[in-house]
Amino acid sequence: MARRWMALVAVLGGTLLTMGVVAGPALACAGLVTPGGNVRLVRTGTLAAYHAGVEHYITSFQFEGGGAEFGSIVPLPAIPSNIERGGDWTLQRLDREVNPPPPPPPAAEGQPVVEAAAAEEIENTKIDALDITILKGGGASVGQWARDHGFKLTPDAPEVLDFYAERSPIFMAARFDAQEAQDRGQQVGDGTPIHLTIPVSNPWVPLRILGLGDSGDTKIDANVYLLTDRTPALLPTPGTPLGFGLIPLRSEQASTQLLDDLRTDKGMDWVPQSMWFTAFRVAEEAGRLHYDLAVDASGRGRPSLIWAGLRRPPKPAPPTTVRPTTTVAPAPTVAPTTTAALELALPPDQLIEPQRAASESAPVDLGLAVAGVGALAGAAVATAVIARRRLLR
Amino acid sequence: MRPGLTAVPIVGLLAAILVSQGCTSTSQAATDVINVEIHHSHFFPSKLSVAHDETVHFVVHNTDPIDHEFIVGDQATQDRHEHGTEDHHDGSVPGEISVPAGAVVETTYHFGPPSQKQIFYGCHLPGHWAYGMHGPIRVSS
Repeated sequence: MARRWMALVAVLGGTLLTMGVVAGPALACAGLVTPGGNVRLVRTGTLAAYHAGVEHYITSFQFEGGGAEFGSIVPLPAIPSNIERGGDWTLQRLDREVNPPPPPPPAAEGQPVVEAAAAEEIENTKIDALDITILKGGGASVGQWARDHGFKLTPDAPEVLDFYAERSPIFMAARFDAQEAQDRGQQVGDGTPIHLTIPVSNPWVPLRILGLGDSGDTKIDANVYLLTDRTPALLPTPGTPLGFGLIPLRSEQASTQLLDDLRTDKGMDWVPQSMWFTAFRVAEEAGRLHYDLAVDASGRGRPSLIWAGLRRPPKPAPPTTVRPTTTVAPAPTVAPTTTAALELALPPDQLIEPQRAASESAPVDLGLAVAGVGALAGAAVATAVIARRRLLR
Repeated sequence: MRPGLTAVPIVGLLAAILVSQGCTSTSQAATDVINVEIHHSHFFPSKLSVAHDETVHFVVHNTDPIDHEFIVGDQATQDRHEHGTEDHHDGSVPGEISVPAGAVVETTYHFGPPSQKQIFYGCHLPGHWAYGMHGPIRVSS
């Protein structure tokens, strides 16, 4: 456990450095601005890595100055099993992978290259100047919680919160205390990376939330990195008409060098020897960014329309029609792939399948019953006939 | 039960029906009630129609988890609120009231004689009007 926490701390530290170095296209506001509005919390690139049934979601919040508090809400596919500070290196290394530095001038050749390094509160934790709260609730209750805790919600927030709550009732609220950041000596440009470990059946990246609070014509600009065991199927697929605002950057086998580099960062020792690397840039107007990124990393090639935000999830079935479950509450030491949280993370369309199977099985059961009754009746008639013949003899 | 006792509620019901019929048939110069719902930072219905010289009692239900406001008036009134600094309307001004999250509030507004001025209803909390929180009110003659 201590090693895990140390790893997490390292990941967060690395991300901070990354945030200070990464510039340009990877900045996108995801904020709920305070009335003063003099503090901006900025989101940069996001990594959604998926391995062994666990999504490692790493994003970062960058301090841009000011003296007030600031908050941000990020929807999550399920309850995280762990929240920690991300390493300082991971996001920076991924950015360098898709934006390699220009080759050194000839004069520099031969010199050593220096690598730049009402909602239910499920959990509360503090990382640097960020107060992190994992919430569970509907859009209205999460909105009410945010309002009660000093978040200033923008007019699009009710619809966006409902949009996400229909898919997953789990949210992460990050409240940034700018005064504490200054007391801690954080400088403008310093970032706080957050590493969430989320047991899910497939990774998922919320994109629509990037446009929260922005006018419709505001251009969203952010980088998204994916690392998966297999080549993932994405919906929308970057570069296609449906994913026109997602500019593909990479889709390739991750290099050994990249994986080795990532593995050296704190909290990243889980990175296996082989992964598929996907990167794309979100370059979409906020008014058109009404979708998320659904990923099928199983190899079946069936990303969920519902998790992509392209189809509304069906309403939950009445309790009486739900087949009784024998779900066991997850123990902290149980592997995340077998926890109840994984069931929460299953896309609703996948959750429905067993119910459909159950409902379809009813006529079959009825047919078997009729056949059984018929067989019994036939046997009874045959027995009566045989008995009658014996009597007649 | 005596027959007279059963007749009392029936007579009362008939009287109520007659009264309500009378109210609806003489909508002008009378008070009408219009229910307005706020959901996802939009007004429902998205446009209204009233008769001139009519006093309308608005019942505004905010289903959102954020605050809104309901302001009735012409373009000049809307512009004044859009650029104004009033962060709360207690309802003392007809047709101007704050609508806290999840609350139901009421305000009354008298629509005068037909005018060339277009009347609107809207919300002027920061960014709300631009987000689409406004609608026209057609005042028929």
